[in-house]
Amino acid sequence: MTHPGYVLRNGDIVNPESTDSFVGTVIVDGDKITGIEKGDVEDVGDRETIDCTGKWIIPGLVDLHVHLREPGFEWKETIESGAKCAVAGGYTSLCSMPNTNPAIDHAEVASFIREKAKEAGFAKVFPIGAVSKERKGNELAPLYELREAGCIAFSDDGDPVWDAGVMRRSLEIAKDIGAPICCHEEDKSLSCCGSMDECGHSYRLGITGFPGVAEEVMIARDIELARVTGGHVHICHVSTARGALLIQRAKEDGIHVTAEVTPHHLMLSHLDVDGIDTSYKMSPPLRAPADVLALREALASGVIDCIASDHAPHEPDSKDCEFEEAAMGILGLQTNLPIALKLIHDSVLTRERAIQALSFSAAKIVSLEAGMLRPGRPADIAIIDPNQKWTFSNSLNLSKSQNTPFLAKKSKKK
Amino acid sequence: MVATSDPYDSVGASERLSSQNTPLQHLLDIKSLSREQLIALVRDAETFIEVSERNIKKVPALRGKTILNVFLEASTRTRVSFEIAGKRLSADTINISGSGSSLSKGENLIDTARTLQAMRPDVIVLRHNASGAAHFLANQLQNTKIVNAGDGMNEHPTQCLLDLLTLSQRFQHSIDSLSGKTVAIVGDVRHSRVARSNIWAHKILGNKVRLVGPPGLVPELLCSSECFGPEVEIYHSLEDGLRGADIVMVLRLQKERQRDSFIGSFDEYSRFYGISSKRMNQLCPDAVLLHPGPANRGIEISGELLYEHRSLVEEQVRLGVAVRMSVLFRLATQGSHFPEVESSQSDVRKDETQTHRRKQ
Repeated sequence: MTHPGYVLRNGDIVNPESTDSFVGTVIVDGDKITGIEKGDVEDVGDRETIDCTGKWIIPGLVDLHVHLREPGFEWKETIESGAKCAVAGGYTSLCSMPNTNPAIDHAEVASFIREKAKEAGFAKVFPIGAVSKERKGNELAPLYELREAGCIAFSDDGDPVWDAGVMRRSLEIAKDIGAPICCHEEDKSLSCCGSMDECGHSYRLGITGFPGVAEEVMIARDIELARVTGGHVHICHVSTARGALLIQRAKEDGIHVTAEVTPHHLMLSHLDVDGIDTSYKMSPPLRAPADVLALREALASGVIDCIASDHAPHEPDSKDCEFEEAAMGILGLQTNLPIALKLIHDSVLTRERAIQALSFSAAKIVSLEAGMLRPGRPADIAIIDPNQKWTFSNSLNLSKSQNTPFLAKKSKKK
Repeated sequence: MVATSDPYDSVGASERLSSQNTPLQHLLDIKSLSREQLIALVRDAETFIEVSERNIKKVPALRGKTILNVFLEASTRTRVSFEIAGKRLSADTINISGSGSSLSKGENLIDTARTLQAMRPDVIVLRHNASGAAHFLANQLQNTKIVNAGDGMNEHPTQCLLDLLTLSQRFQHSIDSLSGKTVAIVGDVRHSRVARSNIWAHKILGNKVRLVGPPGLVPELLCSSECFGPEVEIYHSLEDGLRGADIVMVLRLQKERQRDSFIGSFDEYSRFYGISSKRMNQLCPDAVLLHPGPANRGIEISGELLYEHRSLVEEQVRLGVAVRMSVLFRLATQGSHFPEVESSQSDVRKDETQTHRRKQ
């Protein structure tokens, strides 16, 4: 969000870098922050003044985990439509996952994404390179080249890095590069292509379950590989209490592990799944209410570092079908911040921690100089009115897809 | 901006299910039926039994009605049973299978269903390999009644109803007397839609349910409060599970599941969980035996047991036609309010009278 010279006055400034909050003024010249002052500033020259009384001034948010679907799946989302969603949701920096077609497993695709993002404007897009060629998990992708082409991390997201040897080698290289390996943790021999959490409720519905342990054994494996290699493992979309505990212990042991959680895993449980409404189908699946509580605690305490959307747009054809046939994933870019605000409202998170988890902590994981309010830094700023009532609806949705349970309730015909 | 509580108030699955006291618009499952509805369905079916015993096994009850049997998964018994049921009610029945339909050309279920609905069928009978498929179709189609003929691992309501009808005939010809019994369901409960429907039904009727089998096929989660509840008992020992049972329901061991290492081998399964005359004589000599078919002789059940006096296997198949006639009749003549048995009985009798008049 840039503007040639303006002053944000009397806003409640939340700076997650220092966890310092105060009512004050932010001065922007060109596309840079040039001053942050407590209280009001008398002399602002000819800069445009924006009165932010009663509003929060926060850094532009950073999402470590989005699927922008371009190249290859432009009917679901494009870099431009995704970036528009991002800005509408308070985001200024996005990290796009490599499960495109072709995958981001060579420099040309990474360069293409950066070019398209530059053309589109709105948010900055940072590609995440594939760990393995074609994300097949058995042959290492050219990580150095991908890094050179602007990839800020590596992942085979959508799938795990199934081969432990490949994972180990990728961590060794990623350590040398100074980037994390972002892991979709799923032992497919245990997840059995399950469509929801394996639990009493899944047995009740007769739907194949994806048990939490399928995630946890892979988290454990990758923690051990991070310990051996000294590389940085970033655990994507943690969904279980046990997974959070493994991460906590790894951090206590000094292993370089970070983690993210999605808003839907903080808000919904497997009890919300009815086996019919496919907007509740995602991977990893919604877990037990006890897992939701544990994830909230882990996020509040910093065991889980940040909130990431796992924004996964799917066209209606992929979702308007039998639950077990439906594609996994939901939208997130426009609903992350409102959900975080609800968590603040419900005293699950402090305001400072929530904003930090949505911005600075996420940026830090991939070494982005973002998610902070600091003179000399780009003016990536979001202004929030915490008192504005807001309901997500089709008319507000800027994505090319509509797959989210957070849209105004659909009427059920039975 | 701030989120209101509305968009994030999760709608519980139970709230999204239809009320138990509404008229029967479709037959999708057993779990959402009330006791009254369940009993009425079984009683309804009783009135159709004798139609199949006549010389002329046909009544004009559904003349002019169209029934589509859409079977997208292999089936012999259920498909034939539905087809016979429709024909005995004089309905026009059309059979559609996955391999010979547009689905094999890549058309999805909903487009196929809408296309079929445009031809104005009165009832679609759906067999599908995805749990919830019948509910999905019922949500999508406005003017067609849906009968679930088995959806993935979820439910198989007409199989359950025919099991109940078979048992009620055996136990003094009354569904009301079918309570306080001990029902042992043996085998691959994990993957069985027949088991699920029956567990719900016997819980509704007040019977004691035991689930018997190896841990992989009878997981402990089945008796969790989120599933069937702690009153459903789990036994990994066949002897303990069968001892004193009144009703033994043996499930087909799904051979295709062996690849997933749920059991070590068929031989091992047969040794530890196979039902034989000897075992039944020792553990539950007065029990009756049910099997939804097709049976794997010598694996989950011994061949000689299938046709013993205590076996109701053939009765299940015979009464399956009556159950399906009853369900098709009820749905094709518009869902009526439960409990209401008299109307269907009198309609069948009226049809019968008309048939006699035409003969004269």
